[in-house]
Amino acid sequence: MPKFPSMARDGLANTQQRRNLQHATHTIRSKRATVVDEVPDWEELRVRGAAVKDQVLAHLDDYLVQLEASLTASGATVHWARDADEANRIVRDLVQAKEVDELVKVKSMATQEIELNEALEEVGISAWETDLAELIVQLGHDRPSHILVPAIHRNRSEIRDIFREEMGAVGTPAPDGLTDEPTDLAEAARRHLREKFLRAKVAVSGANFAVADTGTLVVLESEGNGRMCLTLPETLISVVGIEKVVPTWEDLDVFMQLLPRSSTGERMNPYTSMWTGTTEGDGPQEVHVVLLDNGRTSVLADEVGRQALRCIRCSACLNVCPVYERAGGHAYGSVYPGPIGAILTPQLRGTSSPLDQSLPYASSLCGACFDVCPVRIQIPELLVHLRTQVVDEHRGGRPSAEGVAMRTASWMFADHRRYEKAQRASTMSSKLLGERTTLGRLPWPASSWSGARDAPAPPRETFRQWWVRTHGSESR
Amino acid sequence: MTSAREEILARVTSALGTDRQPPADLPQRARVTWDAGRTVDQFVETTADYRAIVERTVVNSLPQHIAAALAGASAASVIRPAGLDPSWLTGFPGTVLTDDHHTAYDLDSIDAVITAAAVGIAATGTVVLDHGPDQGRRAISLVPDVHVCVIRADQVVPDVPEATAALREAINERRPLTWISGPSATSDIELDRVEGVHGPRTLHVIIVDQDG
Repeated sequence: MPKFPSMARDGLANTQQRRNLQHATHTIRSKRATVVDEVPDWEELRVRGAAVKDQVLAHLDDYLVQLEASLTASGATVHWARDADEANRIVRDLVQAKEVDELVKVKSMATQEIELNEALEEVGISAWETDLAELIVQLGHDRPSHILVPAIHRNRSEIRDIFREEMGAVGTPAPDGLTDEPTDLAEAARRHLREKFLRAKVAVSGANFAVADTGTLVVLESEGNGRMCLTLPETLISVVGIEKVVPTWEDLDVFMQLLPRSSTGERMNPYTSMWTGTTEGDGPQEVHVVLLDNGRTSVLADEVGRQALRCIRCSACLNVCPVYERAGGHAYGSVYPGPIGAILTPQLRGTSSPLDQSLPYASSLCGACFDVCPVRIQIPELLVHLRTQVVDEHRGGRPSAEGVAMRTASWMFADHRRYEKAQRASTMSSKLLGERTTLGRLPWPASSWSGARDAPAPPRETFRQWWVRTHGSESR
Repeated sequence: MTSAREEILARVTSALGTDRQPPADLPQRARVTWDAGRTVDQFVETTADYRAIVERTVVNSLPQHIAAALAGASAASVIRPAGLDPSWLTGFPGTVLTDDHHTAYDLDSIDAVITAAAVGIAATGTVVLDHGPDQGRRAISLVPDVHVCVIRADQVVPDVPEATAALREAINERRPLTWISGPSATSDIELDRVEGVHGPRTLHVIIVDQDG
C-alpha cells in the first residue's frame, strides 16, 4: 500500500466524505464533552483506567493463565493463536465441525484485523456482519472508515442504493420503494438480518473485556445485533486480543464508566452482554474463546510503545483529530484509523512497509488525542518515539531530503551574513508571486514537505529590512 | 513443536523482562459523588432520556400498570419467565405464555415480554438483568418487540461501581448479565438516532415502591 500522504490525497479530494466526517466527528465530540462533564471525578477514572491496564500488561502472562483457568472452569474452551492465520484456522475448523456454511457476526476489531471473513469465504463459509454499519460496508464491498461508525463516509442515498442492489442476492431483499429515510433503512436491515439471526447455528464475536478472576466476557453495543448473536446460536466463538484482560470483576466498573462516554458520547450504551462460559438452558451451549497475539507481544516488548495496548477502542481520538477529519479512515490503510491507528498499526505490523513507516508522521502532534483518551495513552509521545525508530532504521543509507535540508539550514543560520542573504533571496522571490499568499507545490526536495501543506508566501520585507528602513542604519 | 499457548506465554514473559515488580496496589476505587438522596428520581430522568417509557407506581397498582403498558404498545400476546409472580399479569386480557423452551421463531411471533430486573443504575439510566427466575433466559427479553421491565425502587443504586458490587453474587454463580439502557438504537446512518434495529423497539420501565 502507498504511503499515508498519497492515500490521504484521495480522502482530501472526496468532498462528500469530508462533509460527512466533519459532521460526524463534531457531533460525537460535543456529545462526549457534555457527558464527560457530568462525571465529577473523570480525571480520577482515567488515571485508574490507565493503572488497571498497566497492571494487566505488567503481569500479562499471569492474568492470561488465570483467565484461561476461569474460562475453562465455567465451561468454555480456550484456544491460543500466535497470528492471524492460526486464529483463522481455529475458527474455520470449529465452524466446519458444525457442518454449516454460514454464521452471524458481532462487529469486532480483532476479527477485522485478522481478516476472518475473507478466510472463511475461501472455504465457502459466509460470515454475515450484523452491525448496521458493518452490513452497509459488507454489502457495499467497501472498507470501514471509522472504528465506531464504520460507514460514516456513506450518506443515506448511497445506503439506500446499496440495500436495493445487494440485499436480495444474499437474503431478504430490500422492500419495494425503499426510501432513504434512516427509519426505513433501519427497518430494511432489521428484516434482512432477522431471518439470519433466527436460523443461525454459529456466531462469532470479539470482546471488549475479559475478566480474569471470573472468566466473564463483555460486549458493548447499541442495536441488539450483538445480543442476538451472543444468545440465539448454539455455538459461540469469540476472538479476543490478549490485551483485553481486566484483573477482577470489580475492575470492570471503571471501564463501564469510561468506554460509553468516550465512545458514543452516551452515559451508557443501549446493550451490554456479559457471559461466563455456558449457562444451562440459556444461550449457546458450546462456547469457544480464541486468545489472539498477532503482534501484541512485540508491542509489549517496547516499554514506551506498550501503553498503546491500553487502548479500549473507543475512537474518541479519531473524533478530535484534525488529520483524520480531513483525510478519512481509508488513508490509514488499516482497520485502526486515526491517531490510535497511527501508533498501533506500525507497532503491530512493524515498520517495514512504506505505509507503516509513514503512519507515525500522519499527525500534527496537536495533542487533542491524548486529552480525550480515557486510558491516557500518550499518543503524541508515541508518535515521536516511532518516528525516531523509523529514522534510526534508515540511518547509514542515502541521506534523506530532510537531512540535506536541515544541514543546509544549519549552515545558513550559523552566520548572520548568510542568513541575511537568504532572507533577501526569499523577499525577492516574493515579488515574483504577486498577490498570492501561499506557495503551491515546491520543487524537489521541498516537494515532500509541500505535498501535504500550504507554505505561506515569503513576506515582502524581513524584520531586519523593516528596521533599517524605519530606524535607519545608525540605530544598529 | 511448541504449542501456541506455550509460545505466546513465553513471548509475554520475555517481553516483560526479568526484573519484574510484584503487582502494585491499584489506586483506590474512584467514588462518584452522585446525590444519593435523588437516586430514584435521577434514574427516572436518565432512563427517560433514552426514549424509554418510565413510570412509578406502588405494588398494589402494578397489575393495572402492566396491563396499560401492554395495551399502550398494542401487544396482544406476552411471554413471561416461569419464576415471575403470575399475579402481575392478572389485568392483561391478551394471551399470556409462560416460557417453556420456545424456539427463536416462536418468540418472534410473540408481541411482548415482561420481566423483573436485578439492578437499576441512576447515573446512567440502565436496568441490569441477571436472568434469575423472574427475568428468564436472555432470548425472551430480546426477540419480542416490546419489553416491559419492572424494577423495585430499592433495587436502584446511584452509580456503576455500586451496581457491579451488587452483581458480584450473580457473577460468582456464573449467571449471564444483560445491561439495558433504553430501547435498541442505531446512529449508523448519518448519525441520526433510530430506535429499534434488532432488539425491542419499545422499552417500558415500571418502578415499584413497596409501600402503598
